[in-house]
Amino acid sequence: MIRTAPRRLVDYAPIAWPALMLVLFFVLPFGLMLAVSFFRRVPGGFYQPDFVLANYARFLTAFFGNVLGFSLGLALLVAVIAVALAFPFTYLLSRMRRRQQVPWLVFLLAVLSLSEVIIGFSWSTLLSRTAGVTNLLVLIGLMDQPVSLSPGFGAVLTGMTYQAFPYAVLVLYPSLSRLDPTLTEAARTLGASPLRSFFTVVVPALRNAILATVIMVFVFALGSYLLPQLLGRPQQWTLSVLITDQAIYQSNMPFAAAMAVFLVLVSLALVVLSTLLGQKEGRT
Amino acid sequence: MKTTIGRRGFLAASGAAVAALGLPHIAKAQAKSLKIGVYGGYFKDSFDKHIFPEFTKASGIAVESIAEPTGAAWLVQLEQAARARQAPADVSMIAQTSMLKGMTVDLWAPLDLKKIPHAEAVLPHLVNKYPDGRIAGVGAVSWYITLVSNTKVFPAAPTSWAEMWDAKLKNQLGLLALVNNSFLLEVTAATFFGGTKVLDTDEGILKVMAKLAELKPNVKLWYRDEAQFEQALKAGEIPMGQYYHDVTSLAAGDGQPVRSTFPKEGGINDAGSWAVSKASTALDAAQVFIDYMSQPKIQALLSRKVGTSPTIPRKLTDLTDAEFAAVSSEIPPIIPRYDLYQAKEDWLAQKWTELIVG
Repeated sequence: MIRTAPRRLVDYAPIAWPALMLVLFFVLPFGLMLAVSFFRRVPGGFYQPDFVLANYARFLTAFFGNVLGFSLGLALLVAVIAVALAFPFTYLLSRMRRRQQVPWLVFLLAVLSLSEVIIGFSWSTLLSRTAGVTNLLVLIGLMDQPVSLSPGFGAVLTGMTYQAFPYAVLVLYPSLSRLDPTLTEAARTLGASPLRSFFTVVVPALRNAILATVIMVFVFALGSYLLPQLLGRPQQWTLSVLITDQAIYQSNMPFAAAMAVFLVLVSLALVVLSTLLGQKEGRT
Repeated sequence: MKTTIGRRGFLAASGAAVAALGLPHIAKAQAKSLKIGVYGGYFKDSFDKHIFPEFTKASGIAVESIAEPTGAAWLVQLEQAARARQAPADVSMIAQTSMLKGMTVDLWAPLDLKKIPHAEAVLPHLVNKYPDGRIAGVGAVSWYITLVSNTKVFPAAPTSWAEMWDAKLKNQLGLLALVNNSFLLEVTAATFFGGTKVLDTDEGILKVMAKLAELKPNVKLWYRDEAQFEQALKAGEIPMGQYYHDVTSLAAGDGQPVRSTFPKEGGINDAGSWAVSKASTALDAAQVFIDYMSQPKIQALLSRKVGTSPTIPRKLTDLTDAEFAAVSSEIPPIIPRYDLYQAKEDWLAQKWTELIVG
């Protein structure tokens, strides 16, 4: 392959299409949202074009700070758990024969096709007192009587991790299946146990892929607004739930937009920060 | 790849564009079809089955029913569309808080009551008027939110909203999650403060909220999605709460172990109005429809088939005592303080969220 730095305008042509799509589907909508976030709210009505900071001022309170902190923490926890589960799973998957891998991948894609609504309702039934999993535990004598596990923090965490797991697997899969098998073979020849070679060779070799997946799942989980409201108590409502409330039920678009802009900026900052940290560690 | 547009292609495209631009005028000239927005799901199904075919037969106007979401979502869509001179529905069923909001931006086309003679019988508080007297909407249906319970878990029916505060009910209630759809401030005020007048002042509202906060340990689910609570109520997972009288009665009729009770303080009486988007080009047909819907026999039909309460005095309808009792009650209802949600919307929403999240 010949690689030369682009010199003429025409050399940039191949990226014109993706750039156009990015402008059309990300930059423009985000710009609109940014504009609306400075509009003036008309109480009891809608909003008017203006340039006011009131929407941001309203957000800067301890109440919303707590909600934002909880949302970020929850998304991070979901990301870490999902990747912790998905990484060994994907590693084993990538060591399987191709013929065995396909059904697993199809199954994961099928889970991805489920809507958030279906996932939420299914988990609320699975975790219910009347029809849930605890009935099975009672049946085999592990519990005295069935209990209700939803709504609550555990239910939200379970539902969101379930939803994030297939994404994590599919993002990890390419790098794990490209991992040079001679690396682990060398470790094994030198006397490392399978578990030891997994943790001392496979995990460090794919540190960047793991970090990238955590970031992706984190961003994905941050936008979840249905599962926290279907499986959680008000204390577990994330900022996305409150944004939905403002946009749909209060028709307060400027405030909803301001909160959304804030959420995007904070998550972008976190992503940039973690990539920088990852690069720094990578160089030493 | 060659991307120049040929002469033939250009002609075809401009022909299509001209046709598209011309279409509204054709539609206006005919005005023999009407897009009607009603709440999606059970409501729309009932209207599609029992109401719209009969209306088309009587008037010759074809109906395209549109499923509208509850809450302000539909209002926002209608308003955005009207700015672009589009009407996703010509006439829609709109709840009272949304009616008021739409009026602030003149979203609703003024109606001519001369063309809606049957609206004369509609209860005065269900005819929405602009401050200058123009008519913005006419009451479509009225419904109740009541105290519902699972008959297996609670063999005896509750009698008062106050029972929701009983410490025995820890973690057993399902309540609506938002201040402007649960109307729990009004319920608390009517139950413990002798009426909704206490809500006139901010201090009064905060006092009512403090009383409401005592209820929090009993609430297992604050729901936005009706299906979620309905299912939990039927299963006995969440055996008590507030819910719609019509749907609960229907479920009870299907043999589900649920009941709807009008507490002694009254059920919450809310209503939807027919309103026409100002972007609609079918105002005349819409008024024919609103007139048709206001007839006593149609109001009675709605009570029997959809389970809603009439928007005209009961004595004009041929509903029997039993039929009327199934959709309403003699106990004076709790009327939501729509004025508050208009005047103090954002403050109320903020205090409410802090109340239930905190």
